[in-house]
Amino acid sequence: MSGAIAEGWREYRRSPVAVVALLVVLAIVALALLAPWIAPQDPYDQAGLDLFDARLPPGEVGSGGYVHWLGTDNAGRDLLSAILYGLRLSLMISVSAGTVALVLGTAIGLSAAYYGGWFGALAMRVVDLQLSLPAILLALVLVAMLGQGVPQLMAALVAAQYAYFARTAYGAASAERRKDYIEAALSTPLSGRRVLLRHLLPNTLPPLIVVVTVQIATAISLEATLSFLGLGLPITRPSLGLLISNGFQFLLSGRYWISVYPGITLMVTVLAINLVGDQLRQVLNPKHRR
Amino acid sequence: MSELLRIERASKRFRQPVPLGDRLAAWLGRPRPPRAVQAVTDVSLTVARGEVVGLVGESGCGKSTLGRMVAGIYTPSEGAVLFEGAPVMPGGHKRSPRVQMIHQDPFASLDPRMKVGETVAEGPVAHGIVSRAGADALVAETLRRVGLDPALRNRYPHQFSGGQRQRVAIARALALNPALLVLDEPVASLDVSIQAQVLNLFMDLREAAAGGSGLTSLFISHDLGVVRHVSDRVAIMYLGRIVELAPTRTLYAAPAHPYTRALLDSVPRLGQGRGVFHPIAGELPSPLAPPPGCHFHPRCPHAGPRCRVEAPALLPVAPGQSAACHLHHGGTAAAATA
Repeated sequence: MSGAIAEGWREYRRSPVAVVALLVVLAIVALALLAPWIAPQDPYDQAGLDLFDARLPPGEVGSGGYVHWLGTDNAGRDLLSAILYGLRLSLMISVSAGTVALVLGTAIGLSAAYYGGWFGALAMRVVDLQLSLPAILLALVLVAMLGQGVPQLMAALVAAQYAYFARTAYGAASAERRKDYIEAALSTPLSGRRVLLRHLLPNTLPPLIVVVTVQIATAISLEATLSFLGLGLPITRPSLGLLISNGFQFLLSGRYWISVYPGITLMVTVLAINLVGDQLRQVLNPKHRR
Repeated sequence: MSELLRIERASKRFRQPVPLGDRLAAWLGRPRPPRAVQAVTDVSLTVARGEVVGLVGESGCGKSTLGRMVAGIYTPSEGAVLFEGAPVMPGGHKRSPRVQMIHQDPFASLDPRMKVGETVAEGPVAHGIVSRAGADALVAETLRRVGLDPALRNRYPHQFSGGQRQRVAIARALALNPALLVLDEPVASLDVSIQAQVLNLFMDLREAAAGGSGLTSLFISHDLGVVRHVSDRVAIMYLGRIVELAPTRTLYAAPAHPYTRALLDSVPRLGQGRGVFHPIAGELPSPLAPPPGCHFHPRCPHAGPRCRVEAPALLPVAPGQSAACHLHHGGTAAAATA
């Protein structure tokens, strides 16, 4: 197994851009994880905020006596700290929601394709029905029903996103299901579980990995939208998306930094994740190897 | 020779799913289109231990469907496929790895994401033929048997040529120590030069096995030349039915069924110069709507009135040779009165 990983890494290295993107993703994850130790201020500590520090431009020294490298927002939060904490929150929510949605959606899509029949038809009609609704609408309704908070938000994101994984997994798996190697495995005979997990699943993964990257990015923006609409996370604990929407009203008054810096962070994060996903697709598809 | 495989009056129908639009049209009164494809009709055949039976026919004649019923991929709609006296698919599920199949296209029949060594080892380990620890030795030995370097086991199928892949597919089947191999056009998708290699490998394996357990096989092909090379007996199929069954030598020397004769005539031969080919007149009818009576009568030069109404049974015409043709059993002129 370690041999396969080394082999994969050799293949991954072929694209310098992807290597840089991977470093960026790792750096972002590290920054997010280490936020409580490296941020100059705890942005969640309401008592530590001073309204006289509100909307300071980047580089000014506030009442805390330290430089606000990225300025402050309208509540007087140090933006650098808020971005680090927001990144932590956004990544945590979107990655865990994306992972749960991936597992759930893949399980539904694969078994629908493999077993077919009325079960497959019913499962995929439910998925189709759900895909016909905008994800944001579904998430809105769920958050409104479940209430605010991180677990509720994650549940809403999973419910809004698993259908994309289910549809992609179903499409890829039903194309693979008809191929001779599945027939050969079944006629060996190997158990249905083995054929499903050892043959069908690995051949269905590459498109799913691309979907994961897109969906993590979508989850970040979905979460931001919900927060913007006042249904996501409380304003005292701003995520990346909430920071952007908070600064939106000051954008035209020259206080660009409140929206722009969280925006740049979001953009770099999403771009880097997508680049890594692209290269992973190359690595996971042996046909692309030379 | 003891009997290994017995196919008893097996038939296979495939029902086509009816699209919603057609169902609506039928409900509104439009006649329903035929829904079932009769791929194999009432086929009986036995294969003895150590024997190679060739199964020949045009595309769509049901030979692959018959092979898949033997290999335990399809259950017969009617009749039975018995291997060593027991159904191949008891309760609709195949349990024993004693019958193995080689697919036509080695580019599709190997899992592209599995190293060939794992592909070969998977079946034997799953069936407890070898332990996980012993699998390496079995893989090496089996790859060597099919003429591949065991060092290639860590490669993926796309790193192999078509001929090598087919060897891997053969190794996958042999590793399970099968008593019967179903070979579904095993060389049809390979280059001619590679075809010879794979056929020779197959002949070697057969010779090597002749002393021991005996490699019995059902060799499906549309290529009469290839079948003549490898088979002891040949069954000719036309539109789901066996129309002639004979020892290879007899079949090629004295074909009894007009279809067999037509097939042999249509084979281009070397040494005929700019010879004239004799294609069979007409087209293969759709198995959705086969002609009544003898299925071959619209294309048969000897067809009479009886052929249009009565399907001939496969009956002996000479020792070891059977044909399903009225010419040999009562003539084609008058419809039989029951």
